[in-house]
Amino acid sequence: MAGIIAHGAYVPRFRLGPDTAGWMASTERAAANFDEDSVTMAVAAGLDCLGNRDRNAIDGLIFASTTVPYAEKQGAAIIAAALDLRQDIFTADVTDVLRAGTTALRSALDSVVAGAARQVLVVVADSRQGAPRSDTERNAGDGAAAFLLGRDDVVAEFTGFHTITENMLDNWRSSGDSFVRSWEDRFATEEGIERIVPEAVEGFLQKYGLNLQDVDRVALYGPDARRHGRLATSMGLDSQQVQDPLFGSLGNTGAAFPLMLLVSALESANADELLLAISYGDGSDVLAFRTNSLVNRARPGAGGLHGHLKSRSAIASYETFAKWREVWLTDDAARRPAPSSPSVSALWRESNKNLRLYAGRCNACGYVQYPPQRVCVNCRAMDETSPVRLSDKAGEVFTYSMDYIAGAVDTPLVVSVVDFVGGGRIICMMTDRELEEVEVGMPVAMSFRKLRVVNGIHNYYWKAIPRRFGAPAGQQVGG
Amino acid sequence: MNGIKDRVAIIGMGCTKFGERWEASAADLMVEAAYEAYADAGIEPGDAQAAWLGTVSSFRTGQPLAEALKLDYIPITRVENACATATDAFRNAAYAVAAGIYDIVLAVGVEKLKDSGFSGLAVPEAPGSDVTPPTPPPSQFAMAATRYFHQYGITYEEGKRTLAQIAAKNHHNGTLNSRAHFQQEIGVDQVINAPMIAWPLGLFDCCGVSDGAAAAIITTPEIARSFRRDYVLVKALALSVGAFGAIRSDWDFTHFPETVRASQSAYQEAGISSPREELDMAMVHDCFTITELIIYEDLGFSPRGGASQDVADGSFTLEGELPVNTDGGLKCFGHPIGASGIRMIYEVYKQLQGKADARQLGKADLGLTHNLGGRPGSFTCSVAIFGAAE
Repeated sequence: MAGIIAHGAYVPRFRLGPDTAGWMASTERAAANFDEDSVTMAVAAGLDCLGNRDRNAIDGLIFASTTVPYAEKQGAAIIAAALDLRQDIFTADVTDVLRAGTTALRSALDSVVAGAARQVLVVVADSRQGAPRSDTERNAGDGAAAFLLGRDDVVAEFTGFHTITENMLDNWRSSGDSFVRSWEDRFATEEGIERIVPEAVEGFLQKYGLNLQDVDRVALYGPDARRHGRLATSMGLDSQQVQDPLFGSLGNTGAAFPLMLLVSALESANADELLLAISYGDGSDVLAFRTNSLVNRARPGAGGLHGHLKSRSAIASYETFAKWREVWLTDDAARRPAPSSPSVSALWRESNKNLRLYAGRCNACGYVQYPPQRVCVNCRAMDETSPVRLSDKAGEVFTYSMDYIAGAVDTPLVVSVVDFVGGGRIICMMTDRELEEVEVGMPVAMSFRKLRVVNGIHNYYWKAIPRRFGAPAGQQVGG
Repeated sequence: MNGIKDRVAIIGMGCTKFGERWEASAADLMVEAAYEAYADAGIEPGDAQAAWLGTVSSFRTGQPLAEALKLDYIPITRVENACATATDAFRNAAYAVAAGIYDIVLAVGVEKLKDSGFSGLAVPEAPGSDVTPPTPPPSQFAMAATRYFHQYGITYEEGKRTLAQIAAKNHHNGTLNSRAHFQQEIGVDQVINAPMIAWPLGLFDCCGVSDGAAAAIITTPEIARSFRRDYVLVKALALSVGAFGAIRSDWDFTHFPETVRASQSAYQEAGISSPREELDMAMVHDCFTITELIIYEDLGFSPRGGASQDVADGSFTLEGELPVNTDGGLKCFGHPIGASGIRMIYEVYKQLQGKADARQLGKADLGLTHNLGGRPGSFTCSVAIFGAAE
């Protein structure tokens, strides 16, 4: 039976909220850092989902988002490399609609059911931007969810689906638009979400001969707390059936939203519960899962949706957030020359080093060295290295600097020298840090980030972050 | 191996005023330095049989030197070797004389940095994947400072005070030098409280960015004697290029092996066994105050971890046991990269001749210069030693 083998989530560390100077709401929302986007958050959720699982068992990766970095060039290919998946896999981006997450999940399940793939990873992430001070900006959140789907060892079986497709211009964003546009709220609500979603749910129930009371929990999309509440009430859902939509702590994470709520449901579900994930956008997808007795097994140790939600820091000021979103422009021209375009041939050549974060272990002497070397730095053995993936290794800061003149965003820039458990050293930037926590010996993890966009090229690489959860199993320093 | 000791001599040197030379082009600076050297040596512009031009970013070839000085179709080689560029240009020129190929040669180092429009260094890099973190030099050396403080249990306040004393010392020396970019005293507290550049290094922990040029006329000792009695002999020229540090997770960031290797090689060539006792002065690469602190240990002036005590004791001041950066150092001259090495040699040369004005040391028979190019973990380091004529 096809279903969910494992699930994961990612919520950025930083939040707009009551402790953010100049933020107009009393509630919190998650906000991607300046160097995060849907691709990086999808990688983080994917890592959270995969843990120590065998990545070579994965036959496909589908990335869903309405905020993909490229109009032409696949996001999933970047994510597959960062997650160090096999090259002979099926990859796809599903985009352009808030329904993209459930569409990707359904497509992946279809391919598992059809036997075209044994395991498929679905990563869904969004970072939608509203105009400064708009309702969209206040209600939105940034985050990601990930599901490993397959036929064996599932914890929640895929038991049904129903989809309505209806062309609907209630929210839209054209190429070149920075912000989401909406038609009049009353139209969008009454002829949009409050009509279409109940129709989809009714269709699902009829199709499978179920009553609404048979459903234990609903991971339900809603644009904001008020409309989410109205929608649930109008459908006749009991409050216990409605998975907490996390408005006030997470925010509406777009295409990822219903699936992050599904992760949330799975984190606390008991065996034999019927869960629905319901999305909305040009129609509605309803996906049904029934948990089994293994549901506890897929629960994350310290990460997952709720682990990430608990690990949080306030953004100091709205100005900082506005600079991250580049709606508050900064002038750093007098400090450094403008960066030139990265060389595409160099990026291609260094893909294993930069995206898969491979170090080399010398087959002759065992010394781990990053970047991998043709000639061993320790014993001069030539072309005798085996790849070692550093992206999931625990690290410790050996030394660091805090550069006050390197740029105008995220000043000071923390540059760290990180030593990994098991060997290897990297010099990299540190992000998601509070200055007072940076010290020699601090435990760090590696996080996939966007360095910069030059010449339309989104240049991704790994940075160190303060470890949000404990060290991965078996990687305790000194252990 | 015969080594270079006593096989070549300097008979003339020139050094421009260093600073923000808005009015001068790189060619103007080369002319200034070379003509001072010609006059000092008493040679004619046409006497140099070959030339070496050290520059990192001002020129790509040796030809601009020919064009500026109207050199007469002689061979010119441009040398580029990071912050050791000028010293390496000098080294190659000296080796050509020692090999017996030429009698009189010219080495010039120049850099025109202040046309970039940026307050820091703006050296273009080859195309690449651009994933390595942007680490301007202050950030790179700050990592050494952080680790040095940590390794030796030095608090931030203690460490900052030690570094500030180095900055204040070099600034004091710079006040005695009309060629220095900066010629004013700075106080220890002023250094400590200066705006942060790359934590823990503040503004006055960093050397400036400036324009300048320096030149040397090199010949054999036999020929030198026909020009002047107070020529200066080359005792050692060493260069060490590192390959290991940044990749090795067992490198400590608190010593720079390239300096250790280059100095050991130079001491051996010059026949020096106790550098702190035998040397009368050292011009070292104080691009940052932490660099000078670590250099004291790498050159064998201070024991490991003991440099702070030597700074507190004033061991390296003008009146100290081994004066370091008597001319004000990079701290006061700034660092026109291709010029700095020969600028250091200029100070040793003048000190050995007893012509260092108010900075003149009592005993000045043997002096060292040191340049460190690159970044902690992968340096190109030059160490050169010079002695007074017999």
